[in-house]
Amino acid sequence: MNSYLLSLAIWVPILGALPILALGSERRDAVRWLSLAVAVAGFLVTLPLYTGFDRAYVGMQFVELMPWIPRFNVQYFLGVDGISVLFILLNAFITVLVVLAGWEVIEEKIAQYMAAFLIMSGLMNGIFAALDAMLFYVFFEASLIPMYIIIGIWGGPNRVYAAFKFFLYTLLGSLLMLVSLLYLFLESGGSFNLLEWHQLRLALQPQVLVFIAFMVAFAVKVPMWPVHTWLPDAHVEAPTGGSVVLAAIMLKLGAYGFVRFSLPILPDASHYLAPMMIALSLIAVVYIGFVALVQADMKKLIAYSSISHMGFVTLGFFIFNQLGIEGALVQMISHGFISAAMFLCVGVMYDRMHSRQIADYGGVVNRMPKFAAFFMLFAMANSGLPATSGFVGEFMVILGAIKFNFWTGFAAAITLILGAAYTLWMYKRVVFGDVANDHVAELQDIGAREFLVLALLAAAVLAMGIYPFPFTDVMHASVDNLLKHVAVSKL
Amino acid sequence: MLKNFVMPDLYPAAPELFLAAMACIILLVDALTGSTRRWLAPVLTMLTLIGCALITYATLDGMATLTFSNMFVDDPLSDFLKLLLYFAVITVLIYGRGYLAARNLDKAEYYLLLLFATLGMMVMISAYNFLTLYLGLELLSLSLYAMVAIDRDSSRATEAAMKYFVLGALASGLLLYGMSMIYGATGTLELGRVAQAVHEGVANRTILVFGLVFLVSGIAFKLGVVPFHMWIPDVYHGAPTAVTLLISSAPKLAAFAMVLRLLVSGLFGLVEHWQIMLMLMAVLSIGVGNLAAIAQTNIKRMLGYSAISHMGFMLLALMSGVVGAEIDPIALINAYSSALYYSVSYVLMSLGAFGMVLLLSRSGYEAESLEDFKGLNKRSPWFALVMAVLMFSMAGIPFFVGFFAKFSVLLAAVAAGHIVVVVLAVMFSLIGAFYYLRVVKLMYFDNPVDGAPIQAGFDMRLLMSLNGLAVAAFGLFPDALMMLCTETLVRSL
Repeated sequence: MNSYLLSLAIWVPILGALPILALGSERRDAVRWLSLAVAVAGFLVTLPLYTGFDRAYVGMQFVELMPWIPRFNVQYFLGVDGISVLFILLNAFITVLVVLAGWEVIEEKIAQYMAAFLIMSGLMNGIFAALDAMLFYVFFEASLIPMYIIIGIWGGPNRVYAAFKFFLYTLLGSLLMLVSLLYLFLESGGSFNLLEWHQLRLALQPQVLVFIAFMVAFAVKVPMWPVHTWLPDAHVEAPTGGSVVLAAIMLKLGAYGFVRFSLPILPDASHYLAPMMIALSLIAVVYIGFVALVQADMKKLIAYSSISHMGFVTLGFFIFNQLGIEGALVQMISHGFISAAMFLCVGVMYDRMHSRQIADYGGVVNRMPKFAAFFMLFAMANSGLPATSGFVGEFMVILGAIKFNFWTGFAAAITLILGAAYTLWMYKRVVFGDVANDHVAELQDIGAREFLVLALLAAAVLAMGIYPFPFTDVMHASVDNLLKHVAVSKL
Repeated sequence: MLKNFVMPDLYPAAPELFLAAMACIILLVDALTGSTRRWLAPVLTMLTLIGCALITYATLDGMATLTFSNMFVDDPLSDFLKLLLYFAVITVLIYGRGYLAARNLDKAEYYLLLLFATLGMMVMISAYNFLTLYLGLELLSLSLYAMVAIDRDSSRATEAAMKYFVLGALASGLLLYGMSMIYGATGTLELGRVAQAVHEGVANRTILVFGLVFLVSGIAFKLGVVPFHMWIPDVYHGAPTAVTLLISSAPKLAAFAMVLRLLVSGLFGLVEHWQIMLMLMAVLSIGVGNLAAIAQTNIKRMLGYSAISHMGFMLLALMSGVVGAEIDPIALINAYSSALYYSVSYVLMSLGAFGMVLLLSRSGYEAESLEDFKGLNKRSPWFALVMAVLMFSMAGIPFFVGFFAKFSVLLAAVAAGHIVVVVLAVMFSLIGAFYYLRVVKLMYFDNPVDGAPIQAGFDMRLLMSLNGLAVAAFGLFPDALMMLCTETLVRSL
């Protein structure tokens, strides 16, 4: 069964970006429409991945296998299972929204802006689809370049600092991962094939060392406490589109790395170090929740809330039960929608007021009722209200955690209070009350383009909250298989 | 007893002979035509190099042939390196032309010195005897000293040339001293017989190791690795950029050949001694080069320090050939071919990076400060992209050739069990990523200080674009070059 769908998902956006770059930023309308066309095409080619997905089959689907660097046995090996397929769809979907969100807002070098996002989208699809460790690594590192450029060119006043911090922090982790990949290559007798690595036997000590190297790479990306400090900086300085992609997709790469690499390749080390991972996750969930509470900058608040929500994801992975892992995956998808929506909402206000400080706002609902309604929905979803997607994942992870250990579940559940507190308190200060100042009084409600973007996300958040079955159904067989695999020792 | 003179087989040395003859002809042509036909020298130089390339290509036979009483070898490695060498020198010629013309430095002497330097490198690459090696090295070095000082009114260039000369002479002295000790211990200057003598254990081990220390010091000087790197930043900075372009590129190929011939073909019996020396120098070079580069404000100095760290990576591969007492031929080939691959990739990137410095310079204006790259994206998006590709490649970020060069070197080092060294090396390259990123930052995130359009000829723009595309293409499809390097070494060792 050879298919070209995954290659299309990777290369359509990347190759589509080249004519956009060639057009140049002078011809703005042509650039915008072409970018939209490429992004939509990129989304359409991913749809058959979902419709054609065999839910009962546990192995990899849509497999493509070609030699890439025979000298070192590196293969162009792509495939998806129930764990990764949804992220490719999510990524392609978010890319369309990002193109729409940057439509009028970006005035400077729009061709480069759109091309950077499209190239990044293709590279990130490559990360989710790669089944060869080197191919994964190459996509993983290459995706730093467009993000670095995006933050650096179109970011806020402190963008250079944030761009460097983002790049170097992530590179630190990935270089250590590279060394472990080389080590595993030699241990496995000269193969970078991930599926072969899943069967590789390793003693506990090398497992622990490799786990730690992987953990540095993935924990920086997730980000887990205490290596999270790059994220608030990057989010605050990045343009809206950059924050959206960062929160919705890039953070998921780290978490995805844990399920694709750490758990199946190093099951014994994963069990051995699980208490540490759970502790770090709980610190992220609770402590970072408190940190979010005191933020004065809306983007920073959402950034900390992202870290806190991603703590749920890593918690779900390391309690080793079906509810935990599925809940974590659902949480990843749902957080992709919600955080994207939250950043877009802040972006909508920032485009009008050029301020992200909560104190500069107040009474926005009086001037922007339609916007306030959307924002309300997303704020509720962010705090985990039932019938929104935010509830499903958190609830599953908390259930799983209580099964694992009551107090772990109890600590995780604190987030339901904290999340509601920081999100709704921010919402109240920004949206409700009397019109705070003249700037707010001059606000215009959202236009058709912004309405469309937010409505698409609202539909996704509600659909996933009310009827999550189409999402969990896809991942069920693969998660089951993963758990069985992780339960077997490789010593 | 008198012996009859035997005419050596000249066929394997045909490119060298052709080049030497052409250099003499160009010298005469220039003397006869004077300054009336200044275009003649560069055109003839170019034709000479193309001719050499054709001769080398036509005489490819995939076998090793010794000639001149075993002083000269023509094997696949030498052919491969020579072809790359011509390519690099032709690139130097095209990139440097406009720069030299604008400074009135494009005299026939420059082209002649360039040809003699090339001849020196070719002899180094094909040397199979300590004396031939030394001869080639000195021909190269003396030409380079003169080329650094070719702008005789510039005090900075003169100072750089002086420093280069004094330190270079010291290094040559060390090298000769080491060679004489090894000669004393083994009684021969021929690499093959030295190897045999060392292998059989007839030579005095103490003297050999002493000689080896001097030899390695001399090599380290020429490669420019810590602790013998002091000349690099000053010479790179002081020399006219067109000459820096040459120093930073082609001689690295010749130096690779020198290291391989001396240490692997000649003194392989002492491998456990020289591997340790190379390991120390590699780690120090990667560390010092990357740390010092951060503090530079001049791009030529910065690239100089970056060259030190890149040569450190090359040594990292060379020191990973043998582990323990067992000699595994596959590990050997993996290590040395990755060193070769690294050198080739580095030359490609270095040509591009200094080419960009030349591209931005114009008459009366040197674009050597990092600040001169500010806002390049606004002035010329295409060349900003080319430079960004080069910088990311040098930093070792995929999908560019520099990443795969680092990858193959690190793989060889991990296979040899040097995990700690590898972790150190990658941590230093993390630090190194900072200054490459800074160049990208200047080009993309800052506004230009001077909006003057880029003045460069069509040939230069085209070649520069091809150079950038090659760095990207060899990164997307790295296998062909890797295989070529591996096969060359398999057939030569």
